[in-house]
Amino acid sequence: MAAVSPEVRLHRRTIGVRRALQPIVEARGMARGMLFTGAGLTLFFVLVAILAPLISPYGFDQYKSGGHRFAQLAHPSHAHVFGTNVQSTDVLSRIIWGAQTELEVVALALVFGLVVGVPLGLFSGYYGGAFDRAAVLFMDAMFAFPPLLLAIVIAFLLGSSVSSGVLVAAIAITITYVPQYFRVVRNHVISVREESYVEAARALGARPRTILRRYVFFNVVQNVPVIATLNAADAVLTLTALGFLGYGVQPTQGAEWGYDVSRAVSDAASGIWWTGLFPGLAIVLLVTGLTLLGEGLNETINPVLRRRSIRKVDFRAGSLAPPSELLEP
Amino acid sequence: MGVQGPSLKRYAITRLALVVPMLFILLTLVFVLMRVAPGNPVSASLGGHVPPAVIKQISHQLGYDKPLYVQYGHYLLNVAQGNFGTTISDRRSVGSIIAVNGAATLELTFFALIVALVVGLVVGLLSGRFRDSPIDAGGRLFGIVVYATPVFFLGLLAQLVFGVWLNWLPTSDQASPITQALMKTHTNIFFVDAIVDGNWSALKDVVEHLVLPATTLGLVYGGVFIRLIRVNVIRTLKEDYIEAARARGINERSVVYRHAFKNALVPVVTVIGLQVALLLGGAILTETTFNWPGLGHELYIYLQNRDYAAVQGIVVLFGLVVVLVSIVIDFVNALIDPRVRY
Repeated sequence: MAAVSPEVRLHRRTIGVRRALQPIVEARGMARGMLFTGAGLTLFFVLVAILAPLISPYGFDQYKSGGHRFAQLAHPSHAHVFGTNVQSTDVLSRIIWGAQTELEVVALALVFGLVVGVPLGLFSGYYGGAFDRAAVLFMDAMFAFPPLLLAIVIAFLLGSSVSSGVLVAAIAITITYVPQYFRVVRNHVISVREESYVEAARALGARPRTILRRYVFFNVVQNVPVIATLNAADAVLTLTALGFLGYGVQPTQGAEWGYDVSRAVSDAASGIWWTGLFPGLAIVLLVTGLTLLGEGLNETINPVLRRRSIRKVDFRAGSLAPPSELLEP
Repeated sequence: MGVQGPSLKRYAITRLALVVPMLFILLTLVFVLMRVAPGNPVSASLGGHVPPAVIKQISHQLGYDKPLYVQYGHYLLNVAQGNFGTTISDRRSVGSIIAVNGAATLELTFFALIVALVVGLVVGLLSGRFRDSPIDAGGRLFGIVVYATPVFFLGLLAQLVFGVWLNWLPTSDQASPITQALMKTHTNIFFVDAIVDGNWSALKDVVEHLVLPATTLGLVYGGVFIRLIRVNVIRTLKEDYIEAARARGINERSVVYRHAFKNALVPVVTVIGLQVALLLGGAILTETTFNWPGLGHELYIYLQNRDYAAVQGIVVLFGLVVVLVSIVIDFVNALIDPRVRY
């Protein structure tokens, strides 16, 4: 293959990036609203997680300050904006530190899931054969488990041998999502495999690896951001569910919103609402943000759902001018 | 339709034939998972206070001292005969757990599914029909927020509002102790038992206990249906036959309600099947939140006791249910959708 100068390569890359981002810039109406609200919410929690050491009033397991133990189950007040829980820790601080835990686990789980699921799907879909059949059967069997159940069992089994709760939770979540990535990527590869441009590359004598890398991968990988964002939302729910049941991140290792809600169930019986409401709302907001982001991306990237930007032409007399949005550059 | 008979039959046979390897993988997966874990299952579940001789004796009784491949063979044979094993911590047969606690889960998930369907149908159809209108925006937002709410958090809020503050409904258990003591069991499904006996005060009690957990679980799964039904309505409204119906001058109401909605609902049947897995997962959390004595609640307790045998049995059962439901759904789909041909 002829050598390509760095400038040309850079130029190609910027065109590629611009083309990839184009639907997002052009998004209109509800898709735009969803995309931006989702991105805003997600960004907010990312910032909270990064800035946790600066903005959190107390440590995640700090129950006293200046020699004074905080009051147990104190109402929200000036000193503790969201109140304190039964262990005297500050509810707000636990939420802020919790953002770190949630995002760490989800990021790890996404990376693990993509690294395992995508290549497996590419390989299985492209080469087919006995490996493909066995992989599909195996993944289908994994699908038969309720995802949460699988995550619980994995977290339960790993809990005694892996000491890092974040890692345990991330692995447990990964295992539940690999079949999904695998399935989506594999099915897409199978439809792309027979496209004429792939056949052309094959006819030109390209090696399977080159075909996979240059032609199949980029066509298939477009779907991945959408699935990944939606899975991230799901992963937060799975992680908090694990925390709620007492698996994954242990109370000594970090703050986890689901665990906090589980502790609040007994508080609720005596009418104490602040220990459960605030961490619960944090979960809802983060998951809503990620879901809006994913759905917004889906609507802008997925051509099946994308609204056509061309309006219906009005054929009444005197109104044959093209719609204004077509005239804009 | 002469063609349908043989092809459906062939489809049924291939579909059923595929179940066997799938179940085999499922069983093996669970077996391997539960046995690669460090420690002897017996000592894990009995704790550290039991003398080694006793552990050895119980291990021998339950067959845990045999080589792994022998245990595996025994396990497969037993499962093939419908024997899912015995729990280590309290020596119940997994079969009886399934009968008693499974009934509670069935009761909860059945009513939750009804709530989910009603919510999903109403909001999803309206959202899809009035796409991009304020109704749609509200419907979608509702769907997303409801989906984003963990079952256990919604349950907590429901307990707080309807149980503690308003004091309208009970917040835990499947029925009050008196009802449980007085009721005769036929099916273990309290709702059915109360009706069979004509015991109306018990029925009232059972329904009161059901409202919060079933609504909580149902609302959250309604979110999934809202999304799905909305997208299907939108997709269906773009189909050529809808355009053709409009072109024939059929009024919009009739186009939407008679032509579009019916067709948009066909894929929903499939998804109900797929949702069973999610519903069962959600049931674990709902049951734990509301202290509902179902399979998920039992699983949670056996996990805490590190009772591998019980966990293995319940997990396999969950997998079995999902596989069986998905087969039934596939058949139903093949029957109602003439386009499905294999």
